[in-house]
Amino acid sequence: MESKIITTDFLIIGGGTAGCYAALTFCEHSDKKVLIVEKAGIKRSGCLAAGVNAINAYISAGHSPQDYVDYAVRDAGGIARRDLLLSMSEGLNRTVRKLEALGLTILKDENGGYVTRGWRNIKINGERIKPILAEAVKNQSQIGILERVNVFEYIVKDNQILGALAVSIDEPIFYTIYAKTVLCATGGASGLYKPNNPGFSRHKMWYPPFNTGAGYAMGIRAGAEMTSFEMRFVALRCKDTIAPTGTLAQGVGAKQINAKGEVYESKYGVTTSQRIYGTVRENADGNGPCYLKTTGITPAQDEELKKAYLNMCPSQTLKWIENGKNPSDENVEIEGTEPYIVGGHTASGYWIGNDRQTTISGLFAAGDVAGGCPQKYVTGAFAEGELAAIAAAEHIGQARAVPVDQMGIANTKRWLEGFLGRSQSDIITDTLEDEMQSAMDRYAGGISQNYSCDEECLQTALQKISGIERKLPLLSANNMRELLYILELRERLTLCKSVIAHLSVRKETRWHIFAERRDYPDKRKEFECFINSRLVGGELEVIKRELI
Amino acid sequence: MSILFESTRCISCKKCAAVCPGSLITVDETARIEHPERCWGCASCVKECPVQAIGLYLGEDVGGKGGRMTARQESTLLHWQIAKSDGTSETITVDLKDSNKY
Repeated sequence: MESKIITTDFLIIGGGTAGCYAALTFCEHSDKKVLIVEKAGIKRSGCLAAGVNAINAYISAGHSPQDYVDYAVRDAGGIARRDLLLSMSEGLNRTVRKLEALGLTILKDENGGYVTRGWRNIKINGERIKPILAEAVKNQSQIGILERVNVFEYIVKDNQILGALAVSIDEPIFYTIYAKTVLCATGGASGLYKPNNPGFSRHKMWYPPFNTGAGYAMGIRAGAEMTSFEMRFVALRCKDTIAPTGTLAQGVGAKQINAKGEVYESKYGVTTSQRIYGTVRENADGNGPCYLKTTGITPAQDEELKKAYLNMCPSQTLKWIENGKNPSDENVEIEGTEPYIVGGHTASGYWIGNDRQTTISGLFAAGDVAGGCPQKYVTGAFAEGELAAIAAAEHIGQARAVPVDQMGIANTKRWLEGFLGRSQSDIITDTLEDEMQSAMDRYAGGISQNYSCDEECLQTALQKISGIERKLPLLSANNMRELLYILELRERLTLCKSVIAHLSVRKETRWHIFAERRDYPDKRKEFECFINSRLVGGELEVIKRELI
Repeated sequence: MSILFESTRCISCKKCAAVCPGSLITVDETARIEHPERCWGCASCVKECPVQAIGLYLGEDVGGKGGRMTARQESTLLHWQIAKSDGTSETITVDLKDSNKY
């Protein structure tokens, strides 16, 4: 591989929601160089690729950021950082105004006010939200963009970030990127567990299948303190298309019903995890399948729903039309997805300060990789990107010059070249990925287990994941794309071990589905705390932290 | 869930390849997807294609019945055309200046 060296002031890893917004904010506070490195193209990369149905984190008139904090803490069963939630909530409306100025369509009433959907949501046309954001980034000449380049490792010395290592996904190029400060904005992780449809449509999932947990894994390996990986996220979705359900539930008031037509949500509660728990229980008790009751809505509502889905998940509209059945004709079957690790919805991710700095000096985190601050949605990721960028701009002046371990970098390059130079291996990356997903599904609370696990299963999961990890060095790559898939599998395996360790420590069931322990089915007072972890000398050290 | 290319329509403009969030599209003489099972189904490429050469379809494993969906952008309008397996088709136009009602 050819070596290329890049030097910048502020490196942003990941050009998605948080990363792009952070880059724009940074330019308002500093004239230093900023570089976004993104493994795809920033126009449609990340969670917002297909569009988004609404702004789900907004403080409407008569409410305050503190109300949002209270809501998020309640939904998380008390395990969320009030300090982080407050600083995020205070920024939500500001980011909406900025996106509107950039061109986002937002529904207004006759007085020019935003039309709300409940007190936290506003109605938009979100189909172009990512292109709008990407265009603003591309128009800002201070921002450099390196696309189709995958960052896979930090350069850290004496607990200070010095940059990152990356490879092109097209050509044999190895990048060493030096930076005075770094923002990790890579998103969360999908693909740890066997998906809803493991065959041809295995990537038809809720979260981007291309978000493979790179940011978490790099942090874990670099010894950063991480939090709440046991708080997995499972989404309630339309069966097959894995399309969002909120538009049906909140838009046309469709209730969750079982096969007998009974509304069951009142039996289980309405927090995010309780809605899925109810669906799982009804199925397990012989009352399934479960549906969102859409029959009886008007033809005008049918047409508006088809348009709304085209703006965020066109496959659902395709399904209705292909089947010749409108939502008014047939209820929409629902199911839970496989578990994801995603700090935009739960508290999983880097343990950070209110300035979004991680426990590694000069390394910041925002969006789905940043922990402690659930219910971010899109605007919360923007707000975190803003906070991190402002703090990073200040940090640049304080960054110390530290000599880099050139030998270590050369060894990493040689290690990668080993995969490329090896003759075709009998062991296939995709096969190991299947093995990993099956092990997590069966032994660490996947769909087949109704999301539950126990101590013995978790220990089995750990053994199996460690076994798969030992096979990694035997893999071979014919090209840079195949090398990328090896690196992504490695990231997922690193993260799986942390998820298992966290699930094992939280010996209670605080959240149904997200962390369901068969052997500890109730909440326990002693677990009113954060479960954090840190890799020390190759061993994962677990730390309990008091609620903040 | 994946995409199909109609190679006779493709003009090799590479816009689809640049926009795919999984970088799954390669363009030689015409565009193609080597691993259709890796597609997320986000339809970014479908909307980007200036000649409607890319059709979104549902895999049979998730109930697909052979329908294809293409998109044509005209100013702020997005015309979605769904060609069904029985030979009929349906078009839905969305104005990107209109917010979702729901």
